[in-house]
Amino acid sequence: MPAASGWRPAIDRARLRQRAAVIAAIRDFFATRDVVEVETPVLSRYGTTDPAIESFTTRYEPPGGGAETLYLQTSPEFFMKRLLAAGSGPIYQLGRVFRNGEAGRRHNPEFTLLEWYRPGFTLENLMDEVTALVAWLLPEPPARLDYRYREAFERFAGVDPFVADTASLLDAVSDHGLDCPLSEADGHDACLDFMLSHIVEPALPRDSLVFIYDFPATQASLARIEPGSPAVARRFEAWLGGRELANGFEELDDPDEQRRRFEHDNRLRRQRGQAQIPPDDCLLDALAAGLPECSGVALGVERLLMHLFGVDDIRQTMAFAWHPDCT
Amino acid sequence: MIDGDPCAIIENEFVKPGKGQAFNRVKIRNLKTGRVIDRTWKSGETVEAADVMDTEMQYLYTDGEFWHFMDPESYEQLAADKTAVGDAAKWLKEQDICQVTLWNGEPLSVTPPNFVELAVTDTDPGVRGDTSGGGGKPATLETGAVVRVPLFIDIGDVLKVDTRSGEYVSRVKD
Repeated sequence: MPAASGWRPAIDRARLRQRAAVIAAIRDFFATRDVVEVETPVLSRYGTTDPAIESFTTRYEPPGGGAETLYLQTSPEFFMKRLLAAGSGPIYQLGRVFRNGEAGRRHNPEFTLLEWYRPGFTLENLMDEVTALVAWLLPEPPARLDYRYREAFERFAGVDPFVADTASLLDAVSDHGLDCPLSEADGHDACLDFMLSHIVEPALPRDSLVFIYDFPATQASLARIEPGSPAVARRFEAWLGGRELANGFEELDDPDEQRRRFEHDNRLRRQRGQAQIPPDDCLLDALAAGLPECSGVALGVERLLMHLFGVDDIRQTMAFAWHPDCT
Repeated sequence: MIDGDPCAIIENEFVKPGKGQAFNRVKIRNLKTGRVIDRTWKSGETVEAADVMDTEMQYLYTDGEFWHFMDPESYEQLAADKTAVGDAAKWLKEQDICQVTLWNGEPLSVTPPNFVELAVTDTDPGVRGDTSGGGGKPATLETGAVVRVPLFIDIGDVLKVDTRSGEYVSRVKD
C-alpha cells in the first residue's frame, strides 16, 4: 500500500473516459441542433466588471517593447456577443475559464465552462434547451421544477424578496437559526445572496433539475430587465443535485444601459476597495451595431460531472485540480 | 481567537453563487473546551490570530488522567489533559518526540509524529508467503490503536504507521 503520491492525477482511467465521453456528447448535442462551436481569446485587455468575480491578470510584453496588463477570461461572453452582433447565428463554446480566489469543494480557480447563445430564444426556450441537454448527458433524465425567484423565497424562506426590507430579511435569517455575518449595512442584495445559498439552495430537491428565474432587477448582471411591478431581471439559475449548475439571461442589448452597468459595477468595486476594470468598448460598439434578440447561458461542466459521478468534491472530476503542492 | 478562546479550523467551506456574495462556512474546534461550532464569515473577513507556539517535546508517560511531556533541552515538564491530547493518545509511545501546541504556556493540542513504529500486540495468525498486501486484517498495536494490515503480519512484528491517515506503511525489519 504505497502512500498517496503527489504526482498522481485525482481521477482514474474510468473517470477520465467518462469525462471525455461527456465532452463528446455535448458536441454531438449541439451538432444535431446546428449550433456552431467557436473559440475566442482567453486573454483580453478587458475583464469582467462584476464585483462578485475577480479576474486573474497577466503581463503582455509585445515584440518591440512596452507592456500591458491582460485579463484571463472569467467567461467568453463579450467575445461571443461580438460574434452574434456580426451575424454568427447560434454558437457555443467549451473552454477553460479562470476565477481568482475561488477554491473549495464546489470551486476550482480554473474550470470548464460551456456557454451558448440562441438568437430568437426567450428565457423559457433556453431553460427547455438546458433541460434537453441535461437529459442527453445523464443516464436518467431528472425531474424538472421551476420557481420564480419570488416563489422560491416565499416557499423556502417565508419572505417576499421584492417587498421585505433588509432588516426583515435578517429577521427571517435568524428565524432559521443561522449564524449570519451580515448587517443592514451590507445591503439588500447581500442578504438575498446569503438566503439563496444558505436557506433556499439546501431546501431544493436533490433528484431534480431546478430552475429559479425572474430575479430582482438589482441582480440583473447582464440580463434584460422586464419593466413591471416589480420589474424583474430576465435571468435564471439552474441547480442539479442541489448544486448550482448554470446561469442564463435574456441578453441585455442596449449599449447605454450596458455602459451604466459597467460604471455601476466599478463604483461598487471602488467602495469595496477592489480594482477598477476598464469597460469593454468593443462590446459597447457591438451592442450599438445591433445584438440580435437572444438568450445565453453558461454551464459549469464539472458541476454536471459531480452529479454524474456522484461525488461531492469538484476535485474528483478533473485530472489535476488546483493543489498548492502539485499544480 | 473566537469569543476570547483559541480555536482551530477543522473545515472551511467556500460558498458562493456564480454571481453574488461569497461566504466561508467554517467548522471550528474551541481548543480549550474541545467543543465544535459552525460559524459563517463573508469571504475576506479577518479574525484575530491566536498567539500560539508549537514546541517539540518528548512524551514520557500517562497516569490515566494526564499525559506528561518534557522539553528535551530544558528538561521542563508539563501535563496535557484529555481535551488537549484528543485522538493523538492512541499513537503516543514513550520517548517519541511530539509537537505540543502551547497557548499562554498551557498545552492546547498534541500532534504525534507523522510516522510511528509500534509493535503488534494482537492479530490473527500470519499467513506465510502472502506478501501481496491485498485483503488485509485488523491488528491491535501496543498503544491500543487498531490498523488494517496485510495478512503476513504476526504478533510481535513492529510496524511503521502513518498517524495522519491511520494507515499501515510497512513492516520494520530488525
